[in-house]
Amino acid sequence: MAGILVYALHDDEGNFNKNSLGAISEASKLASELSSEAAAVVVGDVADDACAGLGAYGAKRVFRAKGASEGLAQPIVDVMAKVIADEGFTYALFGGGLLGFEIGAGLTARLNAGVTMEVTEVKVQDGKLVAVRPVLQDSAVVDVGYVGEPGIIIGRLNAFDTNEVDGASADVVDVDVDLSEWSTKARMITRGEQRGADVNIEDAEILVGGGRGLGEKDNFKLAEDLADALGGAVAATRAVVDAGWYPYAAQIGQTGKTVAPKLYLAAGISGAIQHKVGMQNSESILAINKDPNAPIFEFCDLGVVGDLHKILPKLTEAVKAKKGG
Amino acid sequence: MKICCLVKEVPDAAVQKRIDSGTKRLDRSGEKNLNPFDTHGIEAAMQIREGDVAEVDEIVAVTMGPESAVRALHKAVALGADRSVHLTDETLAGSDVCATGYALAKVLESEQPDLVLLGQQSDDGECYTIGAVVADHLKMPSLTQVIKIDVADGKLTCERQAEYGYDTVEVELPAVISVGDAINEPRYPSLKAIMGAKKKALSTHATSDVGIESDQVGESGSKTQVLAINPPPEKQPGEIVEDEDTNETVEKIVAWLDERKLL
Repeated sequence: MAGILVYALHDDEGNFNKNSLGAISEASKLASELSSEAAAVVVGDVADDACAGLGAYGAKRVFRAKGASEGLAQPIVDVMAKVIADEGFTYALFGGGLLGFEIGAGLTARLNAGVTMEVTEVKVQDGKLVAVRPVLQDSAVVDVGYVGEPGIIIGRLNAFDTNEVDGASADVVDVDVDLSEWSTKARMITRGEQRGADVNIEDAEILVGGGRGLGEKDNFKLAEDLADALGGAVAATRAVVDAGWYPYAAQIGQTGKTVAPKLYLAAGISGAIQHKVGMQNSESILAINKDPNAPIFEFCDLGVVGDLHKILPKLTEAVKAKKGG
Repeated sequence: MKICCLVKEVPDAAVQKRIDSGTKRLDRSGEKNLNPFDTHGIEAAMQIREGDVAEVDEIVAVTMGPESAVRALHKAVALGADRSVHLTDETLAGSDVCATGYALAKVLESEQPDLVLLGQQSDDGECYTIGAVVADHLKMPSLTQVIKIDVADGKLTCERQAEYGYDTVEVELPAVISVGDAINEPRYPSLKAIMGAKKKALSTHATSDVGIESDQVGESGSKTQVLAINPPPEKQPGEIVEDEDTNETVEKIVAWLDERKLL
């Protein structure tokens, strides 16, 4: 039977990733239109109850591979390729994130299958799935169909909303998989290491986001002073987190947090897709950047083309004066 | 140790990109450049060579693309590659990710590298995927979006950011690693290197030279099909202010914030 198989990513405590749950809900919705089944794959020793609980998001069956470990893509490619072959799934669907890209790409090679990534919407057309994907910095949107089976769909972060149905429970099916030789040649030493202070940005109503345009680590002080004046917190892009300028806990985007504050003030942030997906639902977006061609100017509400080193200190003073007065 | 760096020619960032509505492919005419992410891959190879742990015999730049892609190879050689390989064939035009990954794997097979490095994404299209496609065809371990590589005893220790924080992963060679832009600051090529780049060995292969099945590549060998191209959802464009007088600019920002009751 046809069906849609979803990879359900989880952390070391067995908590499933929100984007994976969204992908299961999406698969469930599509499967009912196709009169087929949505199912999920889980790797590692995740408890029966937790696996069965994916039924609440629409998974009818959960294939659990205890023999494969979570966190590295290639063993999971082995698992999913086997389940797809044995059970005849016609699509594999992934929520946003890094592992989904890697597993989906591996399956493409393994199964000689078409892949579409950064997908924001999936449609049913003539009994088949069509992936909708923005391209060229979101300046166009293409509909992509699949030739042959299976089709692999890798969602953009936050593309699929979770939809919980009370009481539903999935059948848990344990699967044994022989790992490919090359899948055993990468080994996780440490997973999910937090770097930098544990800051909370998700509860802030106002966020000042700092990017490479700040120039150097010490200039985050400019963003912090402004955030203090506004009564908000400071967030960061992946580039500056990787560079060690700011804590990982403050990172927005693809492999960081997703936020939707009342105000997002982007200071020296170009607005690459990987960042945009984590903050585009903010109520108001104000961008300050010296590059007039920065993509952020395409989706902000107020864009200021200028030198943030000149603007931020004066803005901080003006905000303080206004609030004090 | 032999390192192959996959590189790609992409439209220059400053050039307006568009999709040809007839062929439904990216219009790749206009100014071209070496994909900026791939320069980090070449730099990573150079740093392994210059480090004192691994002996690097050769760094080979490899690309697939039309005749013009030779310029990306020249740039890669100017940045430090010893020679380059160009896979070019009319039958490859219109290849999707599946077909491109297969074709690149075949040309890499003919080189037998110990390490394949590439940028984590290209400026113009496919995100994050090609490295993992190539790796599975080559039956090699792989990791993407790597921001630190240490080499020792035929193994790499790599760091990268994933969904829950930073992962440290040990990878046995041979392997395929895609790198993020945080891994290094690519050097500028010297004038001498730029001038000398065209003199370095460049081998050109057609699909049949490296055993590529022609029915697995190109538009007809692809497993995806672009059905339609549409404009993005309408969004009211925001107001743009040029900062000429900073005091005035700040006044405007404060008024804008105040209007939205954000102060």
